[in-house]
Amino acid sequence: MATMPASASDLLKSFKLKTKQQELLIRVSILCLVYILAFITRLFSVLRYESMIHEFDPYFNYRTTLYLTENGFYDFWNWFDYESWYPLGRIVGGTLYPGLMVTAVLIYRILRFLRFAVHIREVCVLTAPFFASNTTLVAYFFGKEIWDSGAGLVAAILIAVCPGYISRSVAGSYDNEGVAIFALLFTFYVFVKAVNTGSLAWSLASAFGYFYMVSAWGGYVFIINLIPLYVLVLLITGRYSMRLYVAYNCMYILGMLLAMQIRFVGFQHVQSGEHMAAMGVFFLMQVFYFLDWVKHMLSDTKLFQAFLRITVTSAVAVGGIALGLGMVSGYISPWTGRFYSLLDPTYAKDHIPIIASVSEHQPTAWSSFMFDFHILLFLFPAGLYFCFKRLSDATIFIVMYGLTSMYFAGVMVRLILVATPAVCLISAIAVSATVKNLTVLLRSKNKVVQTGSTKGSGGSKSSSKALLDQSQPFQKNGAIALLFGAFYLLSRYATHCTWVTSEAYSSPSIVLAARGAHGNRVIFDDYREAYFWLRQNTPQDAKVMSWWDYGYQITAMGNRAVIVDNNTWNNTHIATVGRAMSSYEDEAIEIIRSLDVDYVLVVFGGVTGYSSDDINKFLWMVRIGGGVFPVIKEPDYLVNGEYRVDKGAAPKMLNCLMYKLCYYRFGEMMTEYGKPPGYDRARGVEIGNKDVKLEHLEEAFTTSNWIVRIYRVKPPNNRW
Amino acid sequence: MGKLWLICIASISILLPFLCNAFSPETPTDRRVLVLLDDFAIMSSHSLYFNALKSRGFDLEFKLADDPKIALQRYGQYLYDALILFCPSVERFGGSIDVAAIVNFVDSGHDLIVAADVNASDLIREVGTECGVDFDEDPSAMVIDHIGYAVSGTEGDHTLIASDDFIKSDVILGGKKIEAPILFRGIGHAVSPANSLVLKVLSASPSAYSANPKSKLSTPPPLTGSAISLVSIVQARNNARLLITGSLSMFSNRFFRSGVQKAGSQTKHEKSGNEQFLTEISKWIFHERGHLKAVNVKHHRVGETDEPALYRINDELEYAVEIYEWSGTSWEPYVANDVQLQFYMMSPYVLKTLSSDKKGLYSTSFKVPDVYGVFQFKVEHQKLGYTSLSLSKQIPVRPYRHNEYERFIPAAYPYYGAAFSMMAGFFIFSFAHLYSK
Repeated sequence: MATMPASASDLLKSFKLKTKQQELLIRVSILCLVYILAFITRLFSVLRYESMIHEFDPYFNYRTTLYLTENGFYDFWNWFDYESWYPLGRIVGGTLYPGLMVTAVLIYRILRFLRFAVHIREVCVLTAPFFASNTTLVAYFFGKEIWDSGAGLVAAILIAVCPGYISRSVAGSYDNEGVAIFALLFTFYVFVKAVNTGSLAWSLASAFGYFYMVSAWGGYVFIINLIPLYVLVLLITGRYSMRLYVAYNCMYILGMLLAMQIRFVGFQHVQSGEHMAAMGVFFLMQVFYFLDWVKHMLSDTKLFQAFLRITVTSAVAVGGIALGLGMVSGYISPWTGRFYSLLDPTYAKDHIPIIASVSEHQPTAWSSFMFDFHILLFLFPAGLYFCFKRLSDATIFIVMYGLTSMYFAGVMVRLILVATPAVCLISAIAVSATVKNLTVLLRSKNKVVQTGSTKGSGGSKSSSKALLDQSQPFQKNGAIALLFGAFYLLSRYATHCTWVTSEAYSSPSIVLAARGAHGNRVIFDDYREAYFWLRQNTPQDAKVMSWWDYGYQITAMGNRAVIVDNNTWNNTHIATVGRAMSSYEDEAIEIIRSLDVDYVLVVFGGVTGYSSDDINKFLWMVRIGGGVFPVIKEPDYLVNGEYRVDKGAAPKMLNCLMYKLCYYRFGEMMTEYGKPPGYDRARGVEIGNKDVKLEHLEEAFTTSNWIVRIYRVKPPNNRW
Repeated sequence: MGKLWLICIASISILLPFLCNAFSPETPTDRRVLVLLDDFAIMSSHSLYFNALKSRGFDLEFKLADDPKIALQRYGQYLYDALILFCPSVERFGGSIDVAAIVNFVDSGHDLIVAADVNASDLIREVGTECGVDFDEDPSAMVIDHIGYAVSGTEGDHTLIASDDFIKSDVILGGKKIEAPILFRGIGHAVSPANSLVLKVLSASPSAYSANPKSKLSTPPPLTGSAISLVSIVQARNNARLLITGSLSMFSNRFFRSGVQKAGSQTKHEKSGNEQFLTEISKWIFHERGHLKAVNVKHHRVGETDEPALYRINDELEYAVEIYEWSGTSWEPYVANDVQLQFYMMSPYVLKTLSSDKKGLYSTSFKVPDVYGVFQFKVEHQKLGYTSLSLSKQIPVRPYRHNEYERFIPAAYPYYGAAFSMMAGFFIFSFAHLYSK
């Protein structure tokens, strides 16, 4: 094959292998290297810090995995967790995607069986890199399926180091996305394979891939909408075939039945608005098949035309009426807010502040596209060009996947992750096709020079091309220059990816690092200090109130019940906490008492200059609280539409509970040389209310860098 | 030497039960009482009251209020179970006692009797304020009642009041009705509206007012009518009990013995009600009455005996608690028909009155609501005069497990039928399709 570099083949000739075998050997060794590379490039955080779980959600996943290993699957399935969402509790077994935990425990069991004495934490930490490695293999096969094995190899390499994917799959980032991207790509690959071959076996495999995806991540909705869309496009473009019929029907029916076994999905799969497209396309396929059969039976074209018109009209009418009735009767639930906000990026901002408040849900900035894709951003359109040039069922799929996911990536930052495989594959096609064309040019030229008149020996196309190109001077040099350019770009890509991984995506965010005055690294381990304090010093049944961001970590590390956590299923409960935080202390204490809260935890960055603290998140608390309780009004906390904490701040701001808890005793503290006491380094101002007095709460613990502050709720006054 | 040791150990071991016989949850009655006086003359002039206490087994220790050696606690242990302040004019306590020390004494569960008087010092007023009452700010003001005064030999300034406006509570004032009015001469106070725990035990009549009897009224008096409290009590949240009054002389032997006739009334009582009233109320203050304890809280599913770690929705459960009342010497069953149990999660989902077997055992059974979450068994029994009984026990309620739902429900049979007929039909179809030719 032509993708093989000439020099390498010379080297391999000494092994006395046939060309086919040489090619296979190179391919396999490249894949092995890529597999290892994908794994080790994700280990920065383990080497820098330690083997630990990152961020917020992974702590919940870790806690549930631990529960699963200790109590077995049935207890996990029926787990009612009364430590979170006090006093409502949470049916954990029915409100999570169990795929990740089950996978980790399976790996853990296998390792144990093989007598590797690992701890479940190590397995959890390394699950994401392991699946990233597996994703590279899938990417290779996918690339091979839609283009050729060269494109597959390039795709594997690109996806192994692509920052868009690494951001969610570094060691320690034990989150659903880690395995879900593997499942997503696998499902797509197998489905495309099924469409290409028309094989029931492949389409069965894609149904199982889909099942795994459903069990792992809520993003499965993307699959169940993209595949029908793809089928619809094929139907419209007249590419309907028996292969497609077999592949889609088998995948949809079996996939649906399997998906309904996941408790969190259940009947949603046939009842909710997001899944209706798949069902509609399923029925449409049957209509198509029926019409095909009628056309086959009817010889009269005029009669068939009339029949076609009647059938299509009645089918559309029946479908529309069924959908309408379902909507009206409430049998089909309308689209969820998250789905709406994907289609209309401004929807969440106006209607659901709780979705808009999450930084991952913000619209993507241009810079982060550049950051996460680097040269792929330029190769992507080129790849699209090549795909359109050689249109097939498979390339249509990858084009659609690429375009839709790119749109979603623009809507939400976190969905860059979904777009990454498509971008890598399409870019790989561009790279592979370009390099291939250039090398063919080089080699055929050589042949012309060497053998002179042997025109017929080369491939008919390339030789004719070479013949045509002979008229252009410097063509060989140009090709060499272009090749070097391509290699330069690719090496820049590799450098960029490694740099991004090391600098941006490998910090655990539970341990903070900063550069000290002398350039040395300073570690702030305040979060764990605080959670450990909670675990050691508070009663077993104490309830901790904090903003929901820290809920998972408090339950997982502090082992104490929380009022709200990162599973934001009950907006009212979160709004109640938001209201408590943004009220005056004597109003807040009523809410705090009604929720039986014993401790209040706030995160404060004024001493260290840590900017994602509760004061900076505070406006969201006000908005979410105000969304349910209209007594909380956002303008009360702003001055001329400006959010500030210094002397010019709004009086309500200066006296609300969150302000008091964050800045308690801060007014007497010197944070920076040459600045007045009470100088907030995160916001760069001197605070407005230095004399904070607490009446119903008392300071219980403040971590060494003041990042986490815990307050105890005092009992009611004894004599009053 | 060895003998001495033996004696020491023996005496300690004999004394130990008595030493330990202090205020404790098991025997809530106070034992050791510190009485702070302005001067020791009060010991004799108020001896009837003190003797009544002594005869009930209290160990009274009399000290001058400005004695530099007095202390409420030593090495973090309180030396007394109760404190009586019969020192209305003290400006500064001796020793380590100050207002904060007294407040801490109360907040750690000890009882207090405060008697102020005309010209009460700022210190005593401050103690009153901490307890939720405000004495008339005019230092020479007294409670005057031109209608409800006590008839005496000389036509006085009507500052000796005969009051019979008691709080209606047998627990506080004892079962026996107080027939004679109470003689009172002293300063009035008002209960602070912000304080929900303070109660007026003895109020002035509607015609009373608080003013300086020696000067003419130039402005309307700040305290008038039945808003004036003569004797108030507080039961703090930790069940410490406090008594505040504006008259020291109402405790005196003279008032105890003197007869009383209320102006406008024909009946003349041989003896004022002071002795009965103050003795009965001291029983309440020192926890000889109205002190409840709840023990043996039990809950389990119907038909079981062990307490589960959590319940399932729709479980039938039984709840039982034993409640006893301290009679001064022993725990007697508490008999009431209004003890209620809440099954509570942010609001009570179940509210049931517990049925009593008259021997102290209160029990009920109910069905767990069809709601999961972290519930609490709550018994909030707050009855006038009794210590507040507040039990809460957290218990999670979980939903059904996957295998606890009903199986083979009749409504599902059409679906089973559909599934199996589909399978059979598919088999026959395949067979016919493959082998029909």
